[in-house]
Amino acid sequence: MTATQTKSKISLARRDVVNQLVANRGNDLLAISGIGSPCWDLAASGDHPMNFYLNGAMGSAAAIGLGLALAQPEKRTLVITGDGELLMSLGILATIGVAAPKNLSIVVLDNEVYLETGAQPTHTGRGVDLAAVARACGIRSAETVYSQAELDTALPKIRQGDGVIFTVVKILPDKAKLVIPPLEATYTKHRMREALTGKP
Amino acid sequence: MATTNGATDWRDQIYDIFRANDVRHVAHVPDGGHAKLIKRCEADPEMQTVTLTTEEEGVGMLIGSWLGGVRGALLIQSSGVGNCMNALSVLKHGKFPLLMIVSMRGTWGEGMPWQVPMGQATREVLEAMGVIVYEVERPDDVHATIEAASWLAFDSSVPVAVLLAQRLIGTKKFVAAA
Repeated sequence: MTATQTKSKISLARRDVVNQLVANRGNDLLAISGIGSPCWDLAASGDHPMNFYLNGAMGSAAAIGLGLALAQPEKRTLVITGDGELLMSLGILATIGVAAPKNLSIVVLDNEVYLETGAQPTHTGRGVDLAAVARACGIRSAETVYSQAELDTALPKIRQGDGVIFTVVKILPDKAKLVIPPLEATYTKHRMREALTGKP
Repeated sequence: MATTNGATDWRDQIYDIFRANDVRHVAHVPDGGHAKLIKRCEADPEMQTVTLTTEEEGVGMLIGSWLGGVRGALLIQSSGVGNCMNALSVLKHGKFPLLMIVSMRGTWGEGMPWQVPMGQATREVLEAMGVIVYEVERPDDVHATIEAASWLAFDSSVPVAVLLAQRLIGTKKFVAAA
């Protein structure tokens, strides 16, 4: 499929996607959002003690997800990040493929641009296929979702699937209303640790 | 000085300190200076050892481990410290602990000039990012230094790096084959 054909298929809006990813969650879903719009999206879906918003360290969201998934094997860790954020550290897919946690989902909200900085194109609109990269790194469940129907099929796996579930969701490159999550990581850190371990 | 388990080799002592302080996640980029310690950790079914492609992944991973209530340690070479800088910002901003054990290159008697710039800058760049730095040069000091670094990191929730000096590890000599 050419890049032009791909773009004409894209219809999903980022907030709708994130709302569905975390719908009806309990304390068994631990969410990490990557820098920029995914943080605003996760905040817009409703602040939660089991959310950790990574508002810095671009490229570290999936790595944090790996540590959290290994530390909390009975719960699902969900990393929600952007294509630009993940492109900064593709090596982490190799590390995750080898470490093979049984409970880690990574969702890439792929708008094919660096939205926060003026919508400059990222590599994903120009031939780089993140799901193929993930598969080549040993992550067997790796796919790209273009439509609501495909998202419907992917959602149960993202929330409950075995192993590492890597999903690229192609989204429209539109900005949504800015919703700012708590910005102090000391707060969100203590909140999640306390909820998980009973100690600060 | 031997640990409570009686280990006299400093590499075994570090492993014993990990056990005594409930360090269960060990992330590393392999290095000759850490080779024996990595083997000990990999052989321990209660430890999760993760090989990284680059050192900054380990900083991120151990932030996640701590969020999930697990203590970890990062084993890297001094050259890899340079790969960690922006990830370290999360530790300072969020008051996260980190126990980082760095085997040094580019310092004592280094024979590979490419290693010198990063080795010489290691302490300075760590301190610039808010990491507290200990250095150990003598085998007899390893146990006390790693133990103190572990207590400082996890009890006071700060990032701490222990530099294992090239004088301790042994300087790597490069001799071309005849």
